Amino acid sequence: MAGLRFRRRHRSAISWRGGAAKRMKEAHQEAALFRRRAVAGFLLIVLALTALSLRFAWLQIDRHDEFRARSEANRVLTRPLPPARGLIYDRNGVLLAENVAAFRLEVTPEQVADMAAMLQALARVVPIGEDDVARFNNLRKGKRSYQSVPLRMKLSEEEIARFSVNRWAFPGVEVVPYLTRSYPLGAEFAHTVGYVGRIDSEDLTRLDKGDYAGTTHVGKTGVEKYYEERLHGTPGYEKVEVNADHRPLRVLDRVAPQPGQNLFLSIDINIQEAGEAAFDGRPGSAVAIDPRNGEVLAMISVPSFDPNLFVNGISHADYAALLAAPGKPLMNRVLRGNYIPGSTMKPFVGLAGLETGIRKPGDTILSVGEFHIPGQSRGYRDDVRGGHGRVDLVQAIAQSVNTYFYSVAFDMGIDRFSEVMGQFGFGRPTGIDLVGEGSGVLPSREWKRGRFNQPWYPGETVIAGIGQGYWVVTPLQLANATAMLAGRGLRHTPRLLREVQRGIGDAPEREPAPPPEQVVHREGDWLAVERGMIEVVKSGTARGIDRDFPYTIAGKTGTAERYSRTDETWTSISTSAIERHQVLFEAFTPAEDPRIAVIVALEAGRSGGRDAAPIVRRMLDAWLPGDLEREAGRNAATASAAEPAG
Amino acid sequence: MIDEAIARLGYRLRGMVGRPRMDLPLLGALLLLMGIGLVTLYSASDLDRGQVLAQALRLLLGLAFMFAIARVPPLVLRNWTPWLYGASVLLLLAVALLGEGRGAHRWLDLGILRFQPSEFLKLSMPMMVAWYLNGRPLPPGWATLAVVGILILIPAALIAEQPDLGTALLVAASGAFGVFLAGLAWWRIGALLAAAAAAVPIGWQFLHDYQKNRVLTLLDPEADPLGNGWHIIQSQIAVGSGGIWGKGWHRGTQSRLEFLPEHTTDFIFSVFAEEWGLVGVLLLLALYVFIIARCLWIAASAKDTYARLLAGSISMALFVYVMVNGGMIAGMLPVVGVPLPLMSYGGTSAVSILAGFGVLMSIHAHRKRGAG
Repeated sequence: MAGLRFRRRHRSAISWRGGAAKRMKEAHQEAALFRRRAVAGFLLIVLALTALSLRFAWLQIDRHDEFRARSEANRVLTRPLPPARGLIYDRNGVLLAENVAAFRLEVTPEQVADMAAMLQALARVVPIGEDDVARFNNLRKGKRSYQSVPLRMKLSEEEIARFSVNRWAFPGVEVVPYLTRSYPLGAEFAHTVGYVGRIDSEDLTRLDKGDYAGTTHVGKTGVEKYYEERLHGTPGYEKVEVNADHRPLRVLDRVAPQPGQNLFLSIDINIQEAGEAAFDGRPGSAVAIDPRNGEVLAMISVPSFDPNLFVNGISHADYAALLAAPGKPLMNRVLRGNYIPGSTMKPFVGLAGLETGIRKPGDTILSVGEFHIPGQSRGYRDDVRGGHGRVDLVQAIAQSVNTYFYSVAFDMGIDRFSEVMGQFGFGRPTGIDLVGEGSGVLPSREWKRGRFNQPWYPGETVIAGIGQGYWVVTPLQLANATAMLAGRGLRHTPRLLREVQRGIGDAPEREPAPPPEQVVHREGDWLAVERGMIEVVKSGTARGIDRDFPYTIAGKTGTAERYSRTDETWTSISTSAIERHQVLFEAFTPAEDPRIAVIVALEAGRSGGRDAAPIVRRMLDAWLPGDLEREAGRNAATASAAEPAG
Repeated sequence: MIDEAIARLGYRLRGMVGRPRMDLPLLGALLLLMGIGLVTLYSASDLDRGQVLAQALRLLLGLAFMFAIARVPPLVLRNWTPWLYGASVLLLLAVALLGEGRGAHRWLDLGILRFQPSEFLKLSMPMMVAWYLNGRPLPPGWATLAVVGILILIPAALIAEQPDLGTALLVAASGAFGVFLAGLAWWRIGALLAAAAAAVPIGWQFLHDYQKNRVLTLLDPEADPLGNGWHIIQSQIAVGSGGIWGKGWHRGTQSRLEFLPEHTTDFIFSVFAEEWGLVGVLLLLALYVFIIARCLWIAASAKDTYARLLAGSISMALFVYVMVNGGMIAGMLPVVGVPLPLMSYGGTSAVSILAGFGVLMSIHAHRKRGAG
């Protein structure tokens, strides 16, 4: 700094030496030059700003009309009109999911001076929960202050009345009607129909913004999710002119929304309700399928929950209670329940033996109470000490003779065993029209390698023959396999959607089903298995279940140990038989011309025959009247068709 | 006791404002402009009192700077000049090496305070040019011009690199005005402009894609109505729909319905033009012309070459702000982030502009005797 100052002084000293007069003259010249330049600069500035002013004049006078029109056009808002969601019915036309008019409180933040005070005062008139306020604040963030935001959903009539009286005290708060999803039968169809919920950020990445403009809810589970596209419909829109405060002045143009399609499910509410009642709250699951076409007639998962809780956002307390509830009500047992099939697998193992040619229907096996793999000392036991003697397939199924199925599985070998059982649909999702289906476990070399990275042992093939070991099935897989058996070896993909009503007043159209697959080819094969299953009901473990039933029932029980005997839990848990066993029953009827296949799985019970079979019987009883009616109608039709010809 | 304190305070206030230190017409015009700015901001922010209050506080801070600088004699400013210039160029280098900011490196974070060093150049650049030209034989020759060119180009290039082309042009212009006012011969100016015109195609290569887009969009805004053209189209709709008399205060639908982007900062002029019409625009431009003219008059009556050139450059730089911002919102010039002086919402620009006026006030207070 000092140096710089020095040089400056030095320089001025030089100019001073040139004489004060000259210096003064130079300074005057410089000032005069500056003034000329400043004037020139100022003129340039005025020139440029005049050009700018002319540009403004051109925009604001010459082109004013054009821009005013475009500014007006900016004042036209396009408002989406969300479509009404399609309804869901059972096969008889009973409503399972509907849209009901409800009322909610909406707040326009712009018109509220002190939000916190207003909410406090409002809570004294209409109860407002913490969850409501939290959601309200969340929704507010994404909106402009002149847009109203829902605060409390589903007002009761009393709440509406109380608010109406006090309305003057709450400017900016309004009662607004809206359509909300409602499930009139509540918990009964929570796992089948599913529920809708508020669109969340994850949904937003998936959904088309245009199709969901104005829509607040989307299918989250069950049929509501799987058939979201059909149920949703097409939104319409409305062009409205708004004033500067965004109040709509008039509607300029309107395209009505197209409501979603109404869906008729194959579910028969009579069978469903009878089954639910028969479970009496015991955890388990049941599935009924029409073996002729794969239509699911009933789908039961006990315990269940009220899907209506989820529609407008479940409260933390309710959700925590559901998570903590015994029996896991939120779990869909039909799709994801893991059951050890036990003896219910025997008809399929027997059928696989025939199908692969390992056994003929008449071949017999000697049961001596224990089966040995040649050269090994370990014995695989029969249920009866000393064995059942010489039995063929029919007797083996009827008496549940383990040795017969040990030997079939052993002779077949694990590779052929898992291949044929896989064809029956085990070890993979059935492909039902629902999301989130489990696969169960089909024992195989590859599965064990992948799961445990261990080689397969022949003994594991033997116990797989009686549905034990690594076997895990879902109720839907077992039901679909039973339907395949009842359907003479035709495997259908199970379906819930039966008919679709596309528009108001249209007749429901039958939904095309994927073609079935023939997995058993010789008639004698399934007839032999069926005879064994008829014997089970006539004289075997499910004796008496067909008392006073007009049709022949074919069935098979299964009673699987929940814990392996070597498990420590075996001795530590209470040893009552009820808690030790998973019990199952599979059946179809009428044996001559099967029209329904049912399976029931209970997570705890004494035996399949005593606890699971009676539930099946109650479901068949509920199915019977409708079937008798349809059959009578069909006979009359064939009779009347035959008469003129004859 | 208290009376005495009030009396003393009153005396001091009179001392700050009342004595010939302050040029009262200029001060009055500035206060009027700030008032118009706050009223427009109140409308543009959709009656957000918080935003208006925040801006008012920034303007007060700027006024405090102005009063403080006005008390510093130009001789002291002149002695500080090389140091201020050197420090601000170093800060620019620091930003280039370790600055931060969204997309562009403009900010320097000093822990408690973040700022844009390029703002300093708006003042230190004309100071440096005036300092260098002071005492040189004037009008300047090629040699002088070459040195000034280097003094201008180093910081301008650093700022353009950030990239902040708008500020770089402003800074370069404020330096160039110094040479112009120093009496650079017209034929030399003509030669320089011709050379600059020839360099345009070369400079085009160095522009970022978004900068090229902004220029191209200006030529045909309708080609990209939702992207780059949006600003230009919506701004012109706002201006044009205002008509002669305007829509009235807080009746401008373009900004209220949020069609107009950045309507409290760079595009606040559009809001003003929409609500006050051509009449308002002309009056506002007249106010700016009055301020510029008054500043040039202050410059002309300054004591020495340094003060004259500095005051002249600052006044003419003010014009560049108004022209670039007004040209942008009227669709004449590309979209460049240049605020409208004392109208746009934002702290740094308000403070740096008022600091510039502080320099002018100081020069006015220490002017030649007998002139004014």
